[in-house]
Amino acid sequence: MSATATTIAHEVPPNTGLRAFVRKLRSGDEIAHLIALVFAAGILLITSLLVYELWRTSYLSRTKFGWMFFWTRTWDPVFDNFGAAPFIYGTLVTSAVALVIAVPLGLASAIFLSELAPRKVSDIISFLIDLLAAVPSVIYGLLGIFVVVPLMRTTLGPAIKSVLGFTPLFSGPNYGVGFLTAGIVLAIMVVPFIISVSREVLLTVPREQREAALALGATRWESTWQVVVPWARTGIMGSIFLALARALGETMAVTMVIGNDPKITASLFAPGYTIASVIANEFTEATGDLYLSALIELGLVLFLMTFILNGLARILIVATERGGGRPA
Amino acid sequence: MSNARIIWRKTVNYVMLTLTGVAAFGVVSVLFLILGYLIWNGGTSLNLNFFTQLPKPVGETGGGMANAIVGSLKLLFLAAMMGLPFGLLAGVYLAEFGGKTFSFVVRYTTDLLNGVPSIVIGIFAYSLVVLPVKHFSTLAGGVALAIMVIPITVRSTEEFLRAVPGSMREAAMALGASQWKTIVTVVLPAASGGILTGMLLALARVAGETAPLLFTAFSNRYWSQGWGQPIASLPVMIYTYAIAPYDDWHRQAWAAGLVLLGLVLVSNLGARFILARTKAI
Repeated sequence: MSATATTIAHEVPPNTGLRAFVRKLRSGDEIAHLIALVFAAGILLITSLLVYELWRTSYLSRTKFGWMFFWTRTWDPVFDNFGAAPFIYGTLVTSAVALVIAVPLGLASAIFLSELAPRKVSDIISFLIDLLAAVPSVIYGLLGIFVVVPLMRTTLGPAIKSVLGFTPLFSGPNYGVGFLTAGIVLAIMVVPFIISVSREVLLTVPREQREAALALGATRWESTWQVVVPWARTGIMGSIFLALARALGETMAVTMVIGNDPKITASLFAPGYTIASVIANEFTEATGDLYLSALIELGLVLFLMTFILNGLARILIVATERGGGRPA
Repeated sequence: MSNARIIWRKTVNYVMLTLTGVAAFGVVSVLFLILGYLIWNGGTSLNLNFFTQLPKPVGETGGGMANAIVGSLKLLFLAAMMGLPFGLLAGVYLAEFGGKTFSFVVRYTTDLLNGVPSIVIGIFAYSLVVLPVKHFSTLAGGVALAIMVIPITVRSTEEFLRAVPGSMREAAMALGASQWKTIVTVVLPAASGGILTGMLLALARVAGETAPLLFTAFSNRYWSQGWGQPIASLPVMIYTYAIAPYDDWHRQAWAAGLVLLGLVLVSNLGARFILARTKAI
C-alpha cells in the first residue's frame, strides 16, 4: 500500500516550468485561451484592416487632390474633378437639423421615463422605443418618400414658410425633398438612441440628489432641471454624440429624401447630397479609377468623423456612470 | 417669497412635466404610425405571388420577390456562420480570460467597430472581396453583414457571461474541471439564453441593412446560383422599387417593407421573450 502511495507521489510532476505548461496544454486550457485570444485579436485586426484598406484604395484621389479635396465644390465625373465640399456640407447640415429636433425631444422623453413615469410604464415605453430603434433604415426611407416628402410639399413646408419665410434658411422653392426633410427623418431615427442612453444615465443619479433639492423647496421640475440633469450632463452629451455619429453615417433614409444634388445652398428647403448618399448612389457606376478612389476617400472622411465622435461618446458615458458613484 | 412667484413656479412645473410626457408618447406613437402605414399600404399589396414568383420584367405588373426572400436568408446564413462564432469566442475571451489592458483595447475597438457607418463597412467588404475577383457576389454581401454581426455579438456575449455568478465557476473548478471545461459545461450553458438573445438581435439588426449590400451582393432579378453570383435581398429590393417611377413597383416595395419589418420586429420580440424566460429561471 505504502509503495503505491509513493509511486503516485512521484508521478505528480512539479507544478512549474515546461511540464506544467504541457499538462495545462493537455487539459486544453492553454489551447482554449489561445483560440479565444486569436478571435479577440481578430477584432483589432479587422478594424485596422478596415482603416488600411480605406487608406490604400483612396490613394489616387488623396495624391491628386490633397487637402483641396475638402474645399473644392465641383463634383464632375466627366472631367475627373472631384471635391467633397457639397457632401460634407450636406452631411453636417442634415445632422444639425436632426439634432435640433431630436435633442429636446429625446431629453424630454428621457426625463419623463426616468423621473416621472412609474417603473412599469417606463419599462414598456422604453421597450417600444427600442423597437423603434430596430426599424431598418430603408423602411424609414420608404415612409420618407411616400409620407414625409408629400407632407413637406403640401402642408408642413408652406406652414413653416409662412412663419419663418423671411430668413434665408427657409426661403426659396420647396420641392418636398431636401435638407429639412432629410433632417426630420434622421431626427426620428436617432431619437431612440438619445432616449435610451440618457434614461440610463439619468437613472444612475443618486436619489439623495433629488431628495435634497425637494427638501429645499424646489418643485419637481426645478429639482430635475437644476440638479438631476446637470449631474448627468456629461452622459447626456455622450448620448448626443452617439446620435450625431449615427446621423452622419446614416445612408438609405437620407438618400431617399434629400434630392441628391451636390450644391451648397443656405435654404433648408433646397435639395442637397450627403457623403453616405453619394457613395450609395454612385459607387457601382464609378467607371474611372480616380472616380472610385474619390468615393472611397469620402468614405474615409465619413469613417474618421464617426470614429472620433464615437470615441468621445464612449469616454463621456463611462465617465458619468463612474462619477455617479456606481461601482465600476 | 411672493404668492405670484410660487404660482409661476408651479405653473412652469406642470407645463414642463406635461411636455416631457407629451414628448415620450409622441416618440412612441411614431412606432405605431410606421406600423399602421406599412400594414395599411403593404397589407393590401401582399399576396401569395409575392412569396412564390420572380420579379416581372419592367412594364409588366405582378410578380413577386421570392428570389429576394431566399437571398436575404442566404446572406443572413453566411453572416451567422462567419460572424456568430467569431463574436462568441471573442466575447468568451473578454469575459473569461482577458487581461486588463488588452481587454480594454479590444472592448473599445469593438464599440468603435460597432459605430462604423454601414456604408463604410460596404466599401471595406468591396475592397476585400469584390475587387480581387472583379465581380459582385453573395459571399461579399455575407462578409459585409458578418463584420456588422461581430461587435454586437461580442458585447452581448461578454455581458451575459459576466452575469454568471463566480461561485458557479469556483464550484466546477473545485470538482476538478479545467478552466475550458468549466466554461463549456457550466458557464456557457448558464448564459446560453442571454447569448442566444444577443445573437438573434444581431441578426435582426443586419437583416434590414441595405447600404453594405449595394456594392457587395448587388442585386439580381433572377435566382442566384451558389455563392459567387450577385444576389437580391429584401432591403435592396425595397430601395430599388421605392425610388423607381412605377406604381406597381411602389406597391411591391410596401409589401416587401411589411414583410421585412414583420421579420425584424418578430425576432426582436422573440429575443425579449427568451431573455425574460431565462431571467425568470
